[in-house]
Amino acid sequence: MIDAISTLLIVSGLGFYLAGSIGLLRLPDLYSRLHALTKADNLGLGLLIAGLALHAQELLIALKLVLIWLAVLAASAASAHLIAQQARCRETQS
Amino acid sequence: MSELLSVSALCLMLSLFLGLLRVLRGPGAGDRMLATQLIGTAGVGVLLVMSLSLNQPALIDVALILALLAALATAAFTGRQRESSDD
Repeated sequence: MIDAISTLLIVSGLGFYLAGSIGLLRLPDLYSRLHALTKADNLGLGLLIAGLALHAQELLIALKLVLIWLAVLAASAASAHLIAQQARCRETQS
Repeated sequence: MSELLSVSALCLMLSLFLGLLRVLRGPGAGDRMLATQLIGTAGVGVLLVMSLSLNQPALIDVALILALLAALATAAFTGRQRESSDD
């Protein structure tokens, strides 16, 4: 039962990862690429981590996995804002 | 289970490869930095999957460090760009 749930979570996480990468490759400008990549990848990582945490032997390891997800969420939200701000700065200058 | 983990590591590497194609195409510096962000999240995913499939718990710590350093790279990049546009 747990195996089936974690397989489902991992496979759907991989789907989000691939969707984010295809969006990064196909979408026309920087802002829409940012939108595709940041949201889809973080959701994909969240689902992947949920799937892997079901297999963790100890509670501590599962908590560490969740901590990694939170760190990635904070990091990519900050860097998405920085990249967008910098691109906008350049646009208004030129 | 271990087949699923190997296939998912391969899928994550495929998505890293698509990010590298974006680095190749550009056109702006910001687009290339986006690929760094992708390498951050997908790299963490690869490390976590590998830690379970190779039974190496230390790789989880490596993933934590990578998650923190990926953000630093972007912050340093935007800081530099801002400095050079001030001159």
